[in-house]
Amino acid sequence: MEAFGLLVYGFSVLLTWKILALMMVGLVLGIFVGVLPGLGGPNGVAILLPLTFTMDPTSAIVMLSCIYWGALFGGAITSILFNIPGEAWSVATTFDGYPMAQQGKAAEALTAAFTSSFIGSLVAVLLITFLAPGIASFALKFGPPEFFAVYLLTFCSFVGLGREQKHKTIISMALGLLLTGVGMDTVSGQLRMTFGSSDLLRGINFLVAVIGLFGISEILLTMEERLALRGHAASISLRVVLKVWKEMPRYWVTLLRSSAIGCWLGITPGGAIAASFMSYNLAKRFSKDKDSFGKGRIEGVFAPETAAHASGTSALLPMLALGIPGSGTAAILLGGLMVWGLNPGPLLFVEHKGFVWGLIASMYLGNVVGLILVLTTVPIFAAVLRVPFSAIAPMIVVSCAIGAYAIQNAMFDIWLMLLFGVVGYVFKKIGIPLAPFTLALVLGNRAEDSFRLSMIGAGGDMRVFWSNGLVGSITTLALVLLFWPLVGGALGRIRSAFAGKTA
Amino acid sequence: MSKPETEIVVEDPAAPASDSPAVTTSRTVDVAVSFLLLAFAALLAFDNWRTGMGWDSTGPQAGYFPFYLSVILGGACLWGIAKEFLARKAAAETFVTRDQLRRVLQVFVPTLLFCFLMQWLGLYVASFLLIAGFMAFIGRIAAWKSLLTAFLFVFAMFVTFDIAFDVIMPKGPIESLFGR
Repeated sequence: MEAFGLLVYGFSVLLTWKILALMMVGLVLGIFVGVLPGLGGPNGVAILLPLTFTMDPTSAIVMLSCIYWGALFGGAITSILFNIPGEAWSVATTFDGYPMAQQGKAAEALTAAFTSSFIGSLVAVLLITFLAPGIASFALKFGPPEFFAVYLLTFCSFVGLGREQKHKTIISMALGLLLTGVGMDTVSGQLRMTFGSSDLLRGINFLVAVIGLFGISEILLTMEERLALRGHAASISLRVVLKVWKEMPRYWVTLLRSSAIGCWLGITPGGAIAASFMSYNLAKRFSKDKDSFGKGRIEGVFAPETAAHASGTSALLPMLALGIPGSGTAAILLGGLMVWGLNPGPLLFVEHKGFVWGLIASMYLGNVVGLILVLTTVPIFAAVLRVPFSAIAPMIVVSCAIGAYAIQNAMFDIWLMLLFGVVGYVFKKIGIPLAPFTLALVLGNRAEDSFRLSMIGAGGDMRVFWSNGLVGSITTLALVLLFWPLVGGALGRIRSAFAGKTA
Repeated sequence: MSKPETEIVVEDPAAPASDSPAVTTSRTVDVAVSFLLLAFAALLAFDNWRTGMGWDSTGPQAGYFPFYLSVILGGACLWGIAKEFLARKAAAETFVTRDQLRRVLQVFVPTLLFCFLMQWLGLYVASFLLIAGFMAFIGRIAAWKSLLTAFLFVFAMFVTFDIAFDVIMPKGPIESLFGR
């Protein structure tokens, strides 16, 4: 029960007025970000990151992670009331959430969504509390070859398991990795790919790229759409909340299954979007009454919301324990860690106990406070959608510019942000995924360093990646995942051939 | 079905028409981007080859890692191009319609101007002009509302970043009038 003691310590770090106030600010900003069109979890966090530059790391991460929880809660509001998913992971929530609102059961649907989000996160936070310290202390034994193998595993699983066309995932990843190499080489001090430009000397900052890729490009994409909306206003009474909560235990199988799916896909780079769809489909398949799905069934709200939150939260597990983010937003939080001067990875648990356990404790507290906050303030946030987009769009542009400039005080970064905005817009439209790009940008330098350190250690012998059982099995697993479509296809063929024989 | 509660309605009169003609297809853009990235990969591969992409006594040289990455990038682009030419699909998905492009440019061009202006006027004044101008001319919102909203937002940003959090933004002649 060492974790429990440390958790109590985490709460003691957390319970100061300043941090609690920042938590509330973060949650409110996050819900705004989740509700507004053209803003989402990753860009919300990226834009608001500069606010935290002068804070101490613990306050900063608490505020940023609360923005993230808030965004997760906020996405459900627009899905249910307006049939507009504020976030991609809440698309599945619209299937049954909006029909419920149309039947005058908006309050029930919202309560169901918020409560199941809360349960999903809680399961994931419990997982983090008891699993992350173990993984981190195991990872302390890792040398450069092991770390490189883990990075390789992350990249390969994106290519092998992603739904996008394989070559597009590879393009996105290779481009991201290349861009991290721009500037001064950390090992030899040589300049690379700068083409004589003194602005490129500093390298391409990860956060500038992210603000452009997610912030600016999202505005361009939003403008393309018809922005008219029609939806229901709703307020939640205590009676409705209690009624939904009383019904809830009946759906414990769905809740548990969805949490498990969410946690699994959150830790592996499947992400909240895949998790919400998968758990919706499974809830439907295992239901006795399949036809009632899509027509306002409360279970159809429970399933995707639980999974999306479980996944969004558990994406922080590999980030904390190994320094590998499980989602785009986690990647940005990781970028934040580096700005505050912390070195992500297993050493965090040893060197910055207050920070890590403060963050984990804030996940518990943030979700409880967030749940109460959204249940009581839904009408206010729904009304935010009345603000015309022509007022919101330029404000987002300004916030992006402030964010991009503040990182290194360079005008060049503003132009870079604009360029990445256009790149993000085009990439999204032709189906080049941005998540691998983000991941590559944040991990690129460390992947290269660990590769070169292992090569230096082994005298250039590639067999170092199979030199012991641990690194060998990670590397092999990475290669299997990279060629998973081929391997999976072959396995399927063998199985069907085998089944054909026995039949 | 019981009557829904009070409704929230937001109209979008300038919305892009659904039957607006396509400017270009996704396939064309896809191929064009692939060629662009291929050229970029070739350029970076050359630069890294010049830096040194081999091995020396200490291990891989500075250009080693990025060189092979540019090879991978180039390979993936070629794969994509080959796939597009072999597929020969007749049905082409629209990349962007004329109406959509107009709306996108309505945001992009002011943003570009904003970035240019920022260099002389400073961020806060340029922001004020962007927000007020965008709301009034593109959103067709009453002038006083636009000016007031822009002023309040920029003022709040100034107080938050410049005064409360000490994050310094580019400034122009107007801020220096006030001695900041």
